[in-house]
This record gives sequence, C-alpha cells and structure tokens, in this order.
Amino acid sequence: MTRQRVAAAFALVGLGLLSWGSYLGLWVAPPDRYMGDVQRIMYVHVPTAWLALVVFMLAFVYALLFLIRRTWRWDALHEATLEIGVLYTALLCIQGALWGKPTWGVYWAWDPRLTTVAVMLLSFAGILSLRHFLDDPLRRASWSATATILASANVPVVYYSVRWWNSLHQLQSTPKTVNSAMVEPLRINAFGLLALTIALIMIRSWIAEARRRRDLAPPLPEIEA
Amino acid sequence: MMALLHKEFLLAWRGRARVAASLTFAAATLLMFSFSAGADGRLLQRLAPGFLWLAILLASTLTLQASFDAETQDGALDGLILSASAASIFYAKALTNWLFLAALGFVLLPLIAALFDAQLGALDRLMSVLLLGTAGLAAPGTLYAALAGRSRAAGLMLPLLYFPLVIPALVSSVKASELAFFGDPMNQWGGWMSLLLAFCLIFWSLCGALSTAILEDG
Repeated sequence: MTRQRVAAAFALVGLGLLSWGSYLGLWVAPPDRYMGDVQRIMYVHVPTAWLALVVFMLAFVYALLFLIRRTWRWDALHEATLEIGVLYTALLCIQGALWGKPTWGVYWAWDPRLTTVAVMLLSFAGILSLRHFLDDPLRRASWSATATILASANVPVVYYSVRWWNSLHQLQSTPKTVNSAMVEPLRINAFGLLALTIALIMIRSWIAEARRRRDLAPPLPEIEA
Repeated sequence: MMALLHKEFLLAWRGRARVAASLTFAAATLLMFSFSAGADGRLLQRLAPGFLWLAILLASTLTLQASFDAETQDGALDGLILSASAASIFYAKALTNWLFLAALGFVLLPLIAALFDAQLGALDRLMSVLLLGTAGLAAPGTLYAALAGRSRAAGLMLPLLYFPLVIPALVSSVKASELAFFGDPMNQWGGWMSLLLAFCLIFWSLCGALSTAILEDG
C-alpha cells in the first residue's frame, strides 16, 4: 500500500507545483519584450524538454542495466521511461510548433535541436512498437534494450550531423537577460514536472510488471460449464 | 569465421535471382523519384545524389530482410549459434550485406549518370563514398534485420527501426556524393567523410557487441 501512497504523493506535489508555476507564468510574470504573451509557453516547453532528455537518459541506463543484470525490474522501468519519453517528445514538438508559428513564422525549421528531437521521437516510438510486436517477454526485453542503446548512441551523432548539414542557414537564438519573475515559474514548473514524472514512471513500471507476470503465468485451468 | 563467410557467399551466389530483383527494384524507385520531382532536367540533376542514396536505402530494406531468410526458416539460427559466436555470425552477415550494397551502388552509378544527365565528376571520390556509406547502412541494418525477421510484422519493423538510426549516415553520404558530383569549392568533402567514418566505426563495433543479445536471447 505504501508505494502507491508514495506515487500518489509525488503526483499530487507535481500537479500542485505545475498549477502554481503555470499561474505565475500566465498571470504574474511580465510578457516578453519582443515575443509578448507567446513567450509564456516557455514555462511548460522548457521543463518538458529537460524532462524528456532526463527520461531518455534513464531509458538508456535501464536498458544497459537490463542487459547486464537480467532482472525484470529494469525491463519494467525501461518500458515506462520509453513510453513517457515518447509522450514528452511528442508534446515538445507540438508546443514548439505552436510557439514557432507566431515567432519564427513557420511551424517547423530544420534547426539541429528540433531535428534531433524529431529523430529521437521516431527512434523511440519505433522501439515502443517493436515491443508490441514481440510476444516472448525475454525477446521483448533484450531486443528493445539493444535498440534503445543503439538509438541513444545515435543522438549526439544526429545532432552534430544536422548542425553541420544546416550550417549555412543556422537560426540565430536571441540572447536574453532573464527577469527573475520569469525564472521563478520556470523553476517551479520544472520541479513540478519532475515530481509528476517520477510518479508516472513508478505507476507505468508497475503496469509493465503486471503485464509481464500475466504473460509468463501458466494458463488458467478451463472452467467447466 | 571463414566458414561462415563461405556460407554467406554461397548463399548469395545461389540466390542470384534475388540480386537481379533488388537491382530492378532500385532502378524502379529511381524512375518513381523522377516522376515525383517533375520533368525539370536541371532540378533532377541537382537531386541525383539524394536519389542515388534513397534508391540504395529502399533497396537495402529488402535485401537486408532477405539476408536472414535462410536462418529464420526452420530455426537454422538456433543450430548455427551452437557452433559459432553471435559476433562472428553477425560480422559475416554484415560484411556480405555491405559488399552487396556497395555493388548495388556501383551498378546504379551509370544509371544515375544516364537518367539525370549527371556528370560523374570525381569517380574515385564517388567510389569511396559508396563504400563507406553502404558500410554505414550495413551494420545497423543487419542487426535490425536479424531482429525484425523473428518478430511479427517483420517487413514493417525493419524500416521503422533502421531509418531513424541511419539518418547521420544518409546525410553525410548524400552531402559527400553531392560534393563528388558537382565539385567541392569549399573543400568540405573530407569533413563529411570523417563523419561517415566515425558513424561506421561506432556502429560496426556497437552492433557487434550487442549482437549477442539479439542472436542468443529467445
């Protein structure tokens, strides 16, 4: 019972911090001098980006741990982080497009960071669907862990190759001095999302573990009518 | 290892009908690309290096997939893994696939030159891009083919995992081929080739190390 309570506490703290930070970001913080109110999406966009990276790094670590230790717990955590990472990168792309249209004039640009995130989303979504197409739990665990390690190793290579590929029309990022009224909601939202992410990883890994137990369980005896 | 390579070459030779089929497939994709881009000769010429690599990439999904047919049918892989290490099986397969893809690229070159009126400017450079670029495709492609061949929806699984992974190899191969086709005023060819070489080194070693998990589990 206790671990459920821990997860619930993390989720509540996370949601609370997120609503407080978003309130500050939407109503209290001053609008950006150049971008106006559009800039307020940064209070969710930036934490999403940070947490997406953290979650994929965790997925890499869990995949490695599974291949070394061969314990089902790491596989369950690997599955949880994969799915949450894919969710966050998908959200990240949507938020970025919403911000990009009024600011850059386009929904999408071939910026190295954008492109790398899109490649990450595709790679890890592919691994998620690989897991769906493998019925044997051992195969599913070890093959998807392999794929996660390959995809993670590829992330820096993608970043550098896209940066170089696009070097002629690199988008300039605006250097800005950040007002403390802007930093506070960002920080609160980041911690809120972190707490929520911990809760999500915990809950999702329990689901993964329960499903694996069901897959490995001997078939139930047939009930006679 | 030599015995494994011998087996792979023998398989390739006996399946030479497949070679002809994949070549026809690659040529057909080239035609499709030109139809989708329109009849503007200048534009087609400019796009030729990209089309070359897309044709190789698409054809490679078929040949990579087929390269594990002999092993996945009748569970022959289970027997093979008893007598040879996973890494040696992987490297023998990857080497054969690499040679095959490079050969495919060489055969496509004159076809590209004819279809798109592209000057094969620096032929030695083009040859080395083809060798290195197909090596970049072969290693991750072979590993994922071994995996996809034994999952459900095999034909879907391979490109889904393999395409995002080889993006850096594709970007640098296309860029290096462009510079070989149209000249290299800024002297960037060496840089793209080193990126490609780094990609090959990383994934040839990493895939070999991870092949145990793919070939021995399950």
